[in-house]
Amino acid sequence: MNPLESKKTYQDYVDKKSPNSKILKNCFNAFWVGGLICTIGQVILNICKERGFDTQTSGTIVSILLIGISAFLTGLNLFNKIGKFAGAGSLIPITGFANSVVSPAMEYKSEGYVMGVGGKMFTVAGPVLVFGISASILVGIIFLIFNTQSVTLV
Amino acid sequence: MKKLGKQTIKFDNPPTILECGSIVGPKEAQGPLAKYFDQTLEDEFWGEKSWEKAESKIIKETTNMVIAKSGISSQDIDCVFAGDLLNQCISSSFGLREINIPFFGVFGACSTFVESLCLGSIATESFANHVLCATSSHFCSAEKQFRFPLELGNQRPPSSQWTVTGSGAAILSKDGNGPYITHITPGKIVDMGIKDANNMGAAMAPAFADTLITHFTDTGRSPNYYDAIISGDLGYIGKDIAIDIAKSKGYNIKSNYNDCRSSYF
Amino acid sequence: MNINWANVFEISSLLKCFLVGGIICIIGQILIDKTKLTPARILVIFVTTGAVLGGLGIYQYLVDFAGAGATVPLTGFGYNLAKGAIEAVKETGLVGAFTGGVKAAAGGIAAAIFFGYIAALISKPKMKKQ
Repeated sequence: MNPLESKKTYQDYVDKKSPNSKILKNCFNAFWVGGLICTIGQVILNICKERGFDTQTSGTIVSILLIGISAFLTGLNLFNKIGKFAGAGSLIPITGFANSVVSPAMEYKSEGYVMGVGGKMFTVAGPVLVFGISASILVGIIFLIFNTQSVTLV
Repeated sequence: MKKLGKQTIKFDNPPTILECGSIVGPKEAQGPLAKYFDQTLEDEFWGEKSWEKAESKIIKETTNMVIAKSGISSQDIDCVFAGDLLNQCISSSFGLREINIPFFGVFGACSTFVESLCLGSIATESFANHVLCATSSHFCSAEKQFRFPLELGNQRPPSSQWTVTGSGAAILSKDGNGPYITHITPGKIVDMGIKDANNMGAAMAPAFADTLITHFTDTGRSPNYYDAIISGDLGYIGKDIAIDIAKSKGYNIKSNYNDCRSSYF
Repeated sequence: MNINWANVFEISSLLKCFLVGGIICIIGQILIDKTKLTPARILVIFVTTGAVLGGLGIYQYLVDFAGAGATVPLTGFGYNLAKGAIEAVKETGLVGAFTGGVKAAAGGIAAAIFFGYIAALISKPKMKKQ
């Protein structure tokens, strides 16, 4: 058996050789940590609704609080320990977005407060904003096209 | 010196490795090779304000230490071959700013140290009496440049590499009593299309195997001529793959082959 | 401060939230373990999917069912962007397509920038443990 016969045979051989992550354990941890973070969000949401805030504002408050907590935990060097354990459980909720903004900012502090912290904040999270906002613009335009009867253009 | 076979160079006057030394970081100091390092560090900063400055300090101190150990004055060293992983090899070039020795910067990624030994040996057969070879790497500066910020909460798969924090240096001498560098076999770049940045061992193993087997063919030797065959940076997956590839070409290296990375941590 | 704590900790809403949020994270974990996608790419896939499903009106059902379990994951961020764009288009036409998304996500983006800068100022990067 010659694994080097072609690039394809080598890649298949390497895939077989490489150890698998413990996927069941990882999914279990992602499930309960992710669920817990969302539940904390739900509690905050419920408190906001009880206080009379409308849905949109309540949602924004949840985002701001979760982002603030994640930024704080990242700054204390704690978030990456959570992330190593929980994987998608901390990456997928809005906490992952916050961590991906703070971590390069911390890393590049040695290069200054303007170009370092300021300039490198969005090296990981930038694509999220680019694609998310662009997708929303497209959604808006497509909605407009399909609903020109009920909406005026200007 | 003369060429043997396809790629190997045999030295008529083999250079001696006069002295060598290394300084490593705290994680490496906990590994099985701990007692062989000249100095180990308490943390990855060593008093500096950035990872890159720390790495420069490590290579500077390592080269100074090796020169002191050798008893040779730095003015008697004819040139230095040094390199590292960072852009423009700034770790070596900034770290060795004050060494006042003609400087050849080299880049060979994980093969940099052996590359500098190869070029240094060729230099001793031409113009040099003494040559300094050095290299360095730093986990944090490598992650910053090539992968992700340290504080990012991502999971690393089991095959991912862990860059060594440390520096190694050696002085080659035209005359001496050994250990000698008798042959060098510069290797070709072999790209089998592995794109996974988390599985560098698999990406590098084919090149290692190709160079090793070419060496055997050029010199007419077999694996058991050697007491030990050592690779630098394949890791335990790359090591297994290298053994398999060599076996498929008819060379059994299993009994005397080992890899530094799988021994480091 | 008259908060009805029984409403805040209403079990069935918290349970639905926990389950849906957890399941969305499991999907992300499968992508992490079974594919070679980097974290940034996975986040992009989630936010774009949320925007598309939000635009189609499908994600709304998940939000009505699970609340924060659907809005806290990054798919919810995408849904929020898309919903904002649609609302703004209804009010101001074409311009709304450009303003609506960013307006809806304004709080989150501003918080990420502001808290991010402060956290970076007061922190010190440390070596990763294995």
